[in-house]
Amino acid sequence: MTSPDLTTATVKASRTPRRRLPVGSALTYLSLLVASAAVLIPLAVVFLTSLKTSEEVGDGSALSLPGNWLHFDNYVTAFNDGKMLMAFGNTAFILVFSIGGTVIIGSMTAYAVDRFDFRGKKLVMAGFLIATLVPGVTTQVATFQVINGFGLVDTRWAPILLYMGTDIVSVSIFLQFIRGIPVSLDEAARLDGANAFTIYRKIIFPLLKPAIATVVIIKGITTYNDFYLPFLYLHSEDLGTISTALFRFKGPFGAHWEAISAGAILVIVPTLVVFLLLQRWIYNGFARGATK
Amino acid sequence: MTQTTDTAPEGATMTGRSGTDATDEGSGGRRAAGRRHGPAAGRTRSWRDSPLRRITPWLFLAAPLALLITFTCVPVASMISYSFTDWDGVSPDRENVGFDNYVRIFTRPELFRVFFVSGYYLAASVVQIVVALYFAVILSFNLRFRNFFKGILFFPYLINGVAIGFVFLYFFQDGGTLDSVLSLLGVSTDHAWLGDPTSANVSLAGVSVWRFTGLNFVLFLGAIQSVPGELYEAAELDGAGKWKQFRHIIAPSIKPVISLSAILAISGSLSVFEIPYIMTGGATGTQTFVIQTIKLAFQFNKTGLASAAAVVLLLIILLITWIQRRLVPDDKVDLV
Repeated sequence: MTSPDLTTATVKASRTPRRRLPVGSALTYLSLLVASAAVLIPLAVVFLTSLKTSEEVGDGSALSLPGNWLHFDNYVTAFNDGKMLMAFGNTAFILVFSIGGTVIIGSMTAYAVDRFDFRGKKLVMAGFLIATLVPGVTTQVATFQVINGFGLVDTRWAPILLYMGTDIVSVSIFLQFIRGIPVSLDEAARLDGANAFTIYRKIIFPLLKPAIATVVIIKGITTYNDFYLPFLYLHSEDLGTISTALFRFKGPFGAHWEAISAGAILVIVPTLVVFLLLQRWIYNGFARGATK
Repeated sequence: MTQTTDTAPEGATMTGRSGTDATDEGSGGRRAAGRRHGPAAGRTRSWRDSPLRRITPWLFLAAPLALLITFTCVPVASMISYSFTDWDGVSPDRENVGFDNYVRIFTRPELFRVFFVSGYYLAASVVQIVVALYFAVILSFNLRFRNFFKGILFFPYLINGVAIGFVFLYFFQDGGTLDSVLSLLGVSTDHAWLGDPTSANVSLAGVSVWRFTGLNFVLFLGAIQSVPGELYEAAELDGAGKWKQFRHIIAPSIKPVISLSAILAISGSLSVFEIPYIMTGGATGTQTFVIQTIKLAFQFNKTGLASAAAVVLLLIILLITWIQRRLVPDDKVDLV
């Protein structure tokens, strides 16, 4: 290694922590392009299909371009006949309550566990930990009977309660964060006569903002995308969420791929917008969520 | 930590003294944040022993515990008890049948077969981890358009499962996306991709690779990037090539994440539901364990048998998790 090499290497390193990929990167870029194509082509074709007339879909190849790029009739059909407005409304309703509940319940749990020593604490934590190991998909056989016992089947409260239920991922995100908040803050407030609830509400909760943002994003995206719970618990058409409403396209629209495609794109676009706006948060949030 | 100083004035509204106190602690708080058992103990002795103090945590835990018990503990317990009966989920009476349901799951071939379908998804998750690892390694270098590629690779993970199902129904359709792309490349085929069990399962498992690679990729990338850059430079100065750097620096640093991904992959491939249910409804031999359980419980009203199936799956997953914990002591799970 010659000395000029060395100096450029160190200069570069001090500016950016990552190294440059040396020669042979043509193959690297090629593999990236192939992977990008594999991701994008299925989506792009569905987008193209959503802009075609049903004749174009019937006659042309899947890769052909739509005759009129501003042909939005399919979107109108999908939106109206697929009851998408109602579905977005129901999903929003469920989102608001389940996210709100998760944030409050998760932060309270984390506060209680981190700031207090009490008998049975280990037992409580073990309970939460074991709950994560129990796969939700399997226990629905019996959970259904519980929800049924409360008379909540076919109401939006069924999925809301189940989403709020023990979400250990958000508990652990809050827990991680709450450990970084100095206890001296609590103590100072307590000396001034603040009780535990005031401390939680006035000191802890406001300081948890970054953790709350993370939980809201992860919980929001997973709830928005969930199919299983609305499918099991919300039978009436008026209670469809975007997942179940889209799933119902399978029947009436049969082979009308242009309408089905428009419905799928309608569901994907909000996710895309949120992703583009909140990329950094989303990567960190999901990485943290999954490692718990 | 900037938030600490930002919000300290809120504490200050309570009284002047606590306000200054809080701000002081806030700015120097990073140090105090570390551990906090010692210093306060003496000062707060009386508070610590008061009965109010003892019930306070329980007041905060009341709602979470109620949900935990109602929607996890009770269902698991009742599921176990249903599994020994022939209950249909509706009628008031049920008969105790002992281990009959379990015997049926393991002896009736049509019930047992679903475990083999998991094999396809397990193989798919190996592919998924390898692909994710490859892209995580190359994108940890300073590439052009790095964030663009990262975004593209991750985005499928965020898409609604039903939408993915439809996208790929069209993809595998006769004359659909896949056939068109292949004919563009000069391969003409009229293979019905979802037509026979093997091809259908491979196709569906392929969709799951498409969907979940992004998550693994981001996890791996995060782990690789947490390695300080100086390590690579030191290695480079010592004359280590790219492969040696991967082998001795990257690989050890992402071992815990890979082990985690492996566990997620195994339990994930046993509990596949969405994609096959949406795309084929479990037809042509693509029925998975969960689809079968759901059908038994909600279509054929065999709650007893379905519960037994669910208990079996639960036990398998607990076993796998236990093995993983034994093999790779995970210091990340530090909840207690």
